[in-house]
Amino acid sequence: MLVINKLNINFKEFKISNINFSVDKGDYFVLLGKSGAGKTLILEMIAGLILPKSGKIFMDNKDITYAKIQSRKVGLVFQDYAIFPHMSVYENIVYPLKSKKINNKESRILVNNCASDLNIRHLLKRSPKTLSGGELQRVALARTLILKPDLLLLDEPLSSLDIQLRKDLRSLLRKLNKNGQTIIHVTHDYEDAVSLANKIAVMHEGTIVQRGTPKDIFQNPKSEFVAKFIGTKNFFKARIESQGKENLKKAYINSKLIIFLYTETESGEGFIKIRNKNIILSDKKIEMSTQNTFKGKVLEIIPAHFGFEILIDIGVELSVLISKESLEKFNIQEEKYMWVSFKASSVKFYKGY
Amino acid sequence: MFKNRIHILNLIFAFLGGLVLLFILAPLVGMFLDTSVEDLFETAVDKEVLDSIWLTLWISMLTTMFFAISSIPLSYLLARKDFWGKRFVLGIINLPIVIPHSAAGIAILGFISRDSLIGRCAADFGLNFVGHPVGIAAAMAFVSIPFLINSARDGFEGVPVRLEKAALNLGASSLRVFFTISLPLAWRNIVSGLILMFARGMSEFGAVVIVAYHPMITPVLIYERFGAFGLKYARPVSVLFIGICLLVFVILRLLSREKKYAGN
Repeated sequence: MLVINKLNINFKEFKISNINFSVDKGDYFVLLGKSGAGKTLILEMIAGLILPKSGKIFMDNKDITYAKIQSRKVGLVFQDYAIFPHMSVYENIVYPLKSKKINNKESRILVNNCASDLNIRHLLKRSPKTLSGGELQRVALARTLILKPDLLLLDEPLSSLDIQLRKDLRSLLRKLNKNGQTIIHVTHDYEDAVSLANKIAVMHEGTIVQRGTPKDIFQNPKSEFVAKFIGTKNFFKARIESQGKENLKKAYINSKLIIFLYTETESGEGFIKIRNKNIILSDKKIEMSTQNTFKGKVLEIIPAHFGFEILIDIGVELSVLISKESLEKFNIQEEKYMWVSFKASSVKFYKGY
Repeated sequence: MFKNRIHILNLIFAFLGGLVLLFILAPLVGMFLDTSVEDLFETAVDKEVLDSIWLTLWISMLTTMFFAISSIPLSYLLARKDFWGKRFVLGIINLPIVIPHSAAGIAILGFISRDSLIGRCAADFGLNFVGHPVGIAAAMAFVSIPFLINSARDGFEGVPVRLEKAALNLGASSLRVFFTISLPLAWRNIVSGLILMFARGMSEFGAVVIVAYHPMITPVLIYERFGAFGLKYARPVSVLFIGICLLVFVILRLLSREKKYAGN
């Protein structure tokens, strides 16, 4: 449906380079990145509000890179909603219909239906100045959706809402997408991405550093930035060296720490990831079949969803998940020295830079 | 200690500010007090005075409206677009504020007199702009137009660009965006600019007196009465004109307030 091909832009002092991605009909595509990564500029380019320096934007196989804004069938909801403050809620929602010269009677029906779908019918006569953030967000959505855009662009739609409103709006967005609305959603919050997207692109410093399904991104982050940004634990830059034993290799994390792992890669630079649920914690060194055993100091004990997350320093900061029972049994406390063990097969290597 | 020092500083500033206010108010109040009700009444029924006040008001009003049509779009361009030579254009717009108004009158006279191209064209239609309401309007506009352009430009600059972008994205043409978003949201500043231009045009003497002594606008009439008859005869005309000006401004302000725009 939408294909972005080698898009580049210089906007004031900001540079976006070589953006490539595609969105299929019915996709929920999340563009994930820190503030200032250039995500909003990409949305504005798709909407035609700014023009790229080079590259192409195709919509349904038609080149729309320089097409008129009004002819693109792309609806953009701005981060701060951009509700017209001098118009009532009704006037805001009917605004796009007036541009299409739809008569008053039909417009009224369309506005009422759209407002009912978004639960804002009771707000139609109100001034935007009297509305809460969540209500304004729904008005902005209604105003954009009333034109039935082929593609809905959302710029950080959940960033300024409280937890309950976020939950409500997420389910509303899910519902919209389920009903066939194609969405591109820009956010800095990986939770939004996990809970909504079927495709994700991660942006960093004006370029896309990884794209794929949420599973691809979260299980196989391709760079330290992506891993850190999406909250992946135990992800370290490493250099692999063969040691002659078939696929068993050494990963040098730093000058002191060597971790054993299985990989077909003979040697080279990349990243390793150790699954924290596969790490065993003990208060004594135990003889086990595991290739990796280290002594480390407990840095922090953080309550987690199921039990506790222990941060332990073994030369790098390792995250280990344990149950409440284990915490009490081993009397784990901060500053205490513990032993960690994990199999070489629990370590995964990703080629990278 | 620190609090006391601030307190004393505020007192000094208030005293100095009070002196400025007194400097503005004292001559005006003095003039009002020195004018007897009989003199004022006599002036209020003087046809020459009434004609000149009426002439001043309507020329200034029409001039403001006429120039608003081209000045407001220019203000929008200046607020929204960056272009080569923008600073130069801004300099040109503010030029009438810094040049002496009598010099401005000379310039306008040269521009519209029968020796100029415009003057010759007008003469072909039997018109002579010198000593004509059109000449007065040109002199008034020349000295007052920066006030409208600057105020409207401030207003447009205060309209968030993303509201205009949102309207474009909602299918509105650029023209519709201008009339439905930019103009209503900048309206407060534009009205202030219109009132300022109207007021400045109405009170202009230096440039107008060179272009047209007759028909006589009120500032010229006041000057003439002062020259011919002295302070006593110029004073009631001044009081009456100031009173009417104040009344017009209050009405305009009230009218512009009635419609509540969201502003910026």
